[in-house]
Amino acid sequence: MNGNMVQALNLALEQEMLRDERVVLLGEDVGVDGGVFRVTEGLLQKFGDARVIDTPLAESGIIGAAIGMAVYGLRPIAEIQFMGFVFSGFNQIVSHAARLRNRSRGRFTVPIVIRMPYGAGVKALELHSESTEALFCHIPGLKVVVPSSPFDAKGLLIASIRSDDPVIFLEPKKLYRAGRQDVPENDYEIPLGTAKVVREGEGLTIICWGAMVPQAQEAADAVEKEEIFPEIIDLRTLSPLDHETIIQSVQHTGRALIVHEAPKTCGLGAEIAALINEKALLNLEAPVLRITGQDIVVPLPKSEDYYYPSPARIVRGIKKTMEF
Amino acid sequence: MLQILNEKGDVKEDLEPKLSAEDLKKLYSFMVTTRVADTKALKLQRQGRMGTFAQSLGHEACQVGSTYALGKNDWTVPYFRDLGTYVTLGFPLKYWYLYWMGNEEGMFIPKVFNLFTITVPVGTQLPQAVGLGLAANIKKDRIGVLSIFSDGATSTGDFHEALNFAGVFKTPNVFLCYNNQYAISLPRSKQTAAKTIAQKAFAYGFDGVLVDGNDVLAMYVATKEALDKARNGDGPTLIEAYTYRRANHTTSDDASKYRSEEEVKAWEKKDPIDRFRIYLKTKGLWDENFEKQVQKDAEEQVEKEVKEAEATPSPLIEDLFSHTYSDMPQKLKEQMDELKAGLSEDDQ
Repeated sequence: MNGNMVQALNLALEQEMLRDERVVLLGEDVGVDGGVFRVTEGLLQKFGDARVIDTPLAESGIIGAAIGMAVYGLRPIAEIQFMGFVFSGFNQIVSHAARLRNRSRGRFTVPIVIRMPYGAGVKALELHSESTEALFCHIPGLKVVVPSSPFDAKGLLIASIRSDDPVIFLEPKKLYRAGRQDVPENDYEIPLGTAKVVREGEGLTIICWGAMVPQAQEAADAVEKEEIFPEIIDLRTLSPLDHETIIQSVQHTGRALIVHEAPKTCGLGAEIAALINEKALLNLEAPVLRITGQDIVVPLPKSEDYYYPSPARIVRGIKKTMEF
Repeated sequence: MLQILNEKGDVKEDLEPKLSAEDLKKLYSFMVTTRVADTKALKLQRQGRMGTFAQSLGHEACQVGSTYALGKNDWTVPYFRDLGTYVTLGFPLKYWYLYWMGNEEGMFIPKVFNLFTITVPVGTQLPQAVGLGLAANIKKDRIGVLSIFSDGATSTGDFHEALNFAGVFKTPNVFLCYNNQYAISLPRSKQTAAKTIAQKAFAYGFDGVLVDGNDVLAMYVATKEALDKARNGDGPTLIEAYTYRRANHTTSDDASKYRSEEEVKAWEKKDPIDRFRIYLKTKGLWDENFEKQVQKDAEEQVEKEVKEAEATPSPLIEDLFSHTYSDMPQKLKEQMDELKAGLSEDDQ
């Protein structure tokens, strides 16, 4: 299939539902409407309303029910319509989904996937542009996954569905229809916890994920004429982090720049910088720099571009690091 | 209010369940064992051999009567004041003691029990209980799911979301609320302006019943009816078990700060075990010898379970790390090694 991320996700869902009858979908508008972004389009017709469940408007109810369904032996995929709305269900994720395996000494596991569109860049309403992945990465027991391409979206979603742990699956909505790519029809998994070097380079490693990957690539293109060739790592899984890929790359290049659209303070960039400090300090030629969203509320559409890390800001970061 | 046995032990014969002599004796013995185990736990806590826990005193009929109505494949989702549920299910009490002694191994639930873990944040187990019911519907399993909570939980958003889902999806849930008049210090009158908790069910499109929670027969009958209905695909029920929390909220609480001695005394007269003893006596099923035997058996069982719990070693360091994920990430291995290295330096 040559398709965009929405189509790739849809294909992954369809194939996993065909393969494993324990896989069920639930969420607001996921059935008749096919999801507000159409990720679940057509699945109700194919699998019926016992497996594609339109729920009442209640995030805690959705996630709580998914936990119970998982305990009973199903593999539910819950959709939260926008990441900004997940907080009504946050208690269920943090207090239960993440802890039930430990609490029950392994008797009850919670193999659920909580899918949610996240991030800015699509001129949306208030609370429709958040990027609060670090809150989930902080919680033991959760895995956090973010694809940046249609190919990865399919392979990561399949791996998440088959994972025996609860997975927070963040879909960068700016990339939903940003580009098409060949997506194999066969099923394939991209193992969780593995980052990918999306561009090999020298002298600097840019570490990013989700919608920041194309921003970083654009910035890297722009500095080529100045004989700067950054290496770019797409983390793909934010928890657990692929320490090895990050450290190996930084040991090779000697510099690191982290780009994320979440606010700077206590963002995942801080964790990555600390990790580099612990494991590759003596390889560094310059301080680890972060180009991120500011510590402000994501602005409404008219000012959103100030917040969203642009290729120009990333270029500035690259130069600052290289010239240190 | 459904009441079969009043506090004097008088019975409404037309409502009496068809239970054998053996069943009736078991109900009595489970209630006694619950009280013995609860009293023992309080002693252990006061002696510093167990941590803070939530006493069950006064809830024996709610717990035992409801649990006795469960079918073999039904599920139970308890809350944190449910000792009698464990006793009635035949759950090894060793684990229950172990949990409140602060050992994670106590929350292990052997696979033969369709029993969920204890939930600490009030009311949050209810959407999960609905998930169990929803999954059973999807798999076309004819089971009931008994989920238990107290009056405080009815104020939470999760109570609303759970009951709303249950009504919409017609899940096989039985929502059992022990209305024990207090959520720590807050009296029932300040928890909701609704006249009863049972009436809340009507807003969700299913039945709510008010039951005397100190009457083990009424608790059994109401729960059995609700579970039968659930298994038949006729949807959920909310049961309000009207009772009283005679003990402090937990062993860390002092209830004298917010309620009178007279109030507590008045409820002692409604004791669930006393009235059932009168009933058994009238039926010719109780005498002093039976009482002695029941007490002796309960004490022996409890002593044995406590001994086993106290002999259980603390978890190994590996056990603290190994249940976080299905596979241990590298970072956890490193953190575990760092912890162990630090410990071995302490030893030196």
